[in-house]
Amino acid sequence: MPAPVIVATDLVKKYKDFAAVDGITFEVAPGESFGLLGPNGAGKSTTMRMIGAVSTRSSGSLSILGLDPNEHGPAIRSQLGVVPQQDNLDTELRVRDNLLVYGRYFGLPRAQVAARADELLEFAQLSDRAKAKVDDLSGGMKRRLTIARALINEPRVLLLDEPTTGLDPQARHILWDRLYRLREQGTTLVLTTHYMDEAEQLADRLIVVDKGRIMAEGSPASLIREHSSREVLEVRFGSERNATAAADLAGIGDRLEVLPDRILLYAHSGEEALAEVTRRGLEPITSLVRRSSLEDVFLKLTGRSLIE
Amino acid sequence: MSAVTAEPRSHARAWFVTEHKIRAMRGYTGTIIATTIGTPLLYLFAFGVGLATLITSNVGPVPGISYLEFVAPALLATAAVLVAMEEYTFGILLGLKWNPIFVGMNSTPLTARQIVDGLMLFIGIRMLITTTVYFVVMLAFGAVPSGWGILTIVAGMLGGFAFAPVAAYSATIQEDRGQFAILQRTVILPLTLFSGTVFPLTQLPAFLQWIGWLSPLWHASELGRQFVYGPTEPIWLTVAHVVYLLALGVIGWQLCVRTVARRLNK
Ligand SMILES: Nc1ncnc2c1ncn2[C@@H]1O[C@H](COP(=O)(O)OP(=O)(O)OP(=O)(O)O)[C@@H](O)[C@H]1O
Ligand SMILES: [Mg+2]
Repeated sequence: MPAPVIVATDLVKKYKDFAAVDGITFEVAPGESFGLLGPNGAGKSTTMRMIGAVSTRSSGSLSILGLDPNEHGPAIRSQLGVVPQQDNLDTELRVRDNLLVYGRYFGLPRAQVAARADELLEFAQLSDRAKAKVDDLSGGMKRRLTIARALINEPRVLLLDEPTTGLDPQARHILWDRLYRLREQGTTLVLTTHYMDEAEQLADRLIVVDKGRIMAEGSPASLIREHSSREVLEVRFGSERNATAAADLAGIGDRLEVLPDRILLYAHSGEEALAEVTRRGLEPITSLVRRSSLEDVFLKLTGRSLIE
Repeated sequence: MSAVTAEPRSHARAWFVTEHKIRAMRGYTGTIIATTIGTPLLYLFAFGVGLATLITSNVGPVPGISYLEFVAPALLATAAVLVAMEEYTFGILLGLKWNPIFVGMNSTPLTARQIVDGLMLFIGIRMLITTTVYFVVMLAFGAVPSGWGILTIVAGMLGGFAFAPVAAYSATIQEDRGQFAILQRTVILPLTLFSGTVFPLTQLPAFLQWIGWLSPLWHASELGRQFVYGPTEPIWLTVAHVVYLLALGVIGWQLCVRTVARRLNK
């Protein structure tokens, strides 16, 4: 097996007494697409900053591309591409100029940066916006520009902190498509998200984090297999009757989860579970059978929804 | 690993930050040219021609030296200080907070030191342009009797440099609660008034003169005067001006590197 590009062991980041990252251990193999899935405040961005060699860990060990970020920050960063949660494009510069100045930071010659900038504008579907002001771009375009910027040095590892948060579905799909291509080209991706569909789409393997700790680890499919049933039946009885109805549903399927607005029944077959519900004389206002998702895994592991 | 050995040296990286800032400045070329040329014209005219006529036959406080010659080096130093202050305050907080380009720079191989070094170099270039234009206008007004006069450019730039501790302070500001306006009113404005710029420090009551001795602007103005029509003071004092200005600048610069580094390492 090739040497991992990232090895984190008992990684901790403390802000005063508060542990934002509280002892996490994982490895990322070259070419892999690795996800961190977790709710707000889980410690995803903090972890990403430590991997990005800009934030010093409080304890534990960390190796990026075989180097310790405490000693070799600049050398590590020269081989990373970073898409931060908050865009930090220079709004005083035009679109293409943002790529030019950024490329220079890696010590690349001017001509090479210029050629690469044009390729990346093409890749990000922003060629016709090259001379536009950054502020005039839509959210999705800014995000694509930030990703293009992160690729200017042909990084070995691309770090993406919530690449699509705040984008509409169409913009998200364009971005996913671009990230797919990078994966095919062998770039190692590390991404955080609190969208389970994004994690399922983009990550080969992921860790579910909550309150700075790892709750589970595996491929999206194996996590679902391990922590959830094949299907889920969602029934709604109206917020008043939810709790009482739950008592009558006991025993249907493997497990049941009562949320404020609906009840989730975990079963191998959602249709059979629904038949049983009706047989017991209960009449839900609406019912829906769907496949299990990472959201269900998360709910089981933490007792909370991913997006509150 | 080839990527590691191919690292350009540290000062080369700092230059990329300077390059970036220059490129960003291009958007304001018009305004910058207008203020860089307009300010010295306006001030030298107002003080040297306008105010000077009120002062009996344009005689300055130094025998044989006109009021215009007396005031011009101080105005040049003030202009350098104002340019530098703009970057030490807004330039720093822009990069750290309002449009956090320093955070973006720091995710590349650039270190906090290189970012600050690059910014200081950029400020140096801005001050050089401003003071050079000022000097040329001074020449045009016939306000430079001595052949050493061109060194007043250096004096002005040292004056601006000496305000670098303000940059270190700006880098500690988390929330903008009008600190810069307060700084402007309680520190910068009194300094420009009581630093022997438009009248000699000795005109002030003794209990106010210490403001001038502490003020980098006084030291820069006096230094500039030595070059423009001096010497009018013992050489040790001239050396003291230089040492004082350099010391403040270097201390502020290093403090700024440290605060920016701490702030970027979240
Ligand atoms: N610089 C800091 N100082 C103090 N506390 C911090 C700092 N940065 C993060 N935290 C805290 O650490 C915890 C984890 O934050 P982090 O930004 O890593 O979460 P996240 O998983 O990225 O959340 P989100 O989905 O909202 O982006 C939060 O409770 C946050 O308030
Ligand atoms: Mg985050």
